[in-house]
Amino acid sequence: MYTDKVMDHFTNPRNVGEIADANGVGEVGNAKCGDIMRIYLQVENDIIKDVKFKTFGCGAAIATSSMVTEMVKGKTLDEALKISNQAVADALGGLPPAKMHCSNLAADALHEAIKDYISKKGK
Amino acid sequence: MKRIYFDHSATTPIDRRVAEVVLEHMTEKFGNASSIHSFGREARKAIDEAREKVAALLNAESNEIFFTSGGTEGDNLALKGVAYANRKKGTHIITSAIEHHAVLHTCEYLEKQGFTVTYLPVDEYGMVRVEDVAKAITDKTILISVMFANNEVGTIQPIKEIGKLAREKGVYFHTDAVQAVGNYPIDVKDMNIDLLTLAGHKFHGPKGVGALYIRRGVRVEAIQHGGGHERNMRAGTENVPGIVGLGKAAEIAQSELNSKMAHISALRDRIIGEVMAKIPHTKLNGHPTQRLPGNANFSFHFIEGESLLLNLDLKGIAASSGSACTSGSLDPSHVLLAMGLTHEVAHGSLRVTLGRGNTKEEVDYFLEVLPAIIQRLRDMSPLYGTSAHTKVSNPCSDCHVHAH
Repeated sequence: MYTDKVMDHFTNPRNVGEIADANGVGEVGNAKCGDIMRIYLQVENDIIKDVKFKTFGCGAAIATSSMVTEMVKGKTLDEALKISNQAVADALGGLPPAKMHCSNLAADALHEAIKDYISKKGK
Repeated sequence: MKRIYFDHSATTPIDRRVAEVVLEHMTEKFGNASSIHSFGREARKAIDEAREKVAALLNAESNEIFFTSGGTEGDNLALKGVAYANRKKGTHIITSAIEHHAVLHTCEYLEKQGFTVTYLPVDEYGMVRVEDVAKAITDKTILISVMFANNEVGTIQPIKEIGKLAREKGVYFHTDAVQAVGNYPIDVKDMNIDLLTLAGHKFHGPKGVGALYIRRGVRVEAIQHGGGHERNMRAGTENVPGIVGLGKAAEIAQSELNSKMAHISALRDRIIGEVMAKIPHTKLNGHPTQRLPGNANFSFHFIEGESLLLNLDLKGIAASSGSACTSGSLDPSHVLLAMGLTHEVAHGSLRVTLGRGNTKEEVDYFLEVLPAIIQRLRDMSPLYGTSAHTKVSNPCSDCHVHAH
């Protein structure tokens, strides 16, 4: 049911973990639904220098989290904000229809982390 | 890679002795049992013999066995058939919250037809309380339907006690015994059972065939009409190969039940003992002792079931979960929720169901790979071992609206 690319990111997820001195953290989902994604960012001069994730969820949740971190590393915040959940799913070669709603939130988690960075910076 | 099958509650492999008689009744003894010629007569004889074997497994009479296409049809016939035949007597049905959807969705249908249904709660082990059944009975109650053993957590219900109560109150008692038949001893007379559903493929018989036991004298209306097959209870040309296969599977199950139960329950006890001892933050789901011989069901906190199943599958191990992601809906198992588990703990469930072909080596391999998989998923989980709490945005809060 999953593409090879999903299974690759599921079995060998990129950028798993936390960033101790992250300057942006975003989390979406809830445990009731079975998916929680948390993204940690290290931003310097509006560029994402480092990104890590922690995810509770199904294969699609883990694969999309991994994929989004790979897509944004080294990108500007503006570029990162343009990445949609659909773009993450497309980069994985698609997701099963049932997974498109609850398990495809990695871009949302990324955007929350960027918002967190911007709001902290503003203070 | 060697594959290990730990999903026997989903289905079982057909016994080769069963497959042989099935093939014989597809290719050589292929007659229609309604025909009067020799081909028809040999098919009729084969059906009669199968009926006797199924009856013997349950300590029933052969004229109390009606062949069906499987568990779902048996449950439909039992519930709708009793409801429609007895609606002048009353319109109240009692069942439990943890039934298979074949029962629950049939009950919901009957509610739309004007019947009233009480869904009994269960305790933390997934067991129906007999006193709750007693309290639910009214002068309008015509049927109690409580499953023999739960398909997810394996809890065996107090069937004999519920049956005794039903008999005393003059209410029919049906049990969906799809998981129990052929895997656990059943005596319909001793247990006061009026109707019982079984399916062949749960005990090494073919898929697409099952039976409904209807105690002699119980009033049931047919729900499928046509020819006079199965004494007007279930119209349609008999699935002779399937029925013969079911009979053979019943015969084998009866003769090998004790040795099978001893073998499987020893493996299950080893799995439960080792998993609970070696993996922290783990809950055993289901009853500690009153459970199917082959069933082990755990919730591993902080992780989600589908990702666990995928990892096990990559190691060659086939199991199942009550996680929403594995059921195609967005809610986790209704059984685990009825037992009082929170959604997040229900999402992290793993069901291992053993069969007679499983070995100690397979169990050892499972116990060897499981802890590392759990730890890896926990290390990846934001629910496990982190202190950071961030504001959570929740686009998923409406997810139940989107179910299915």
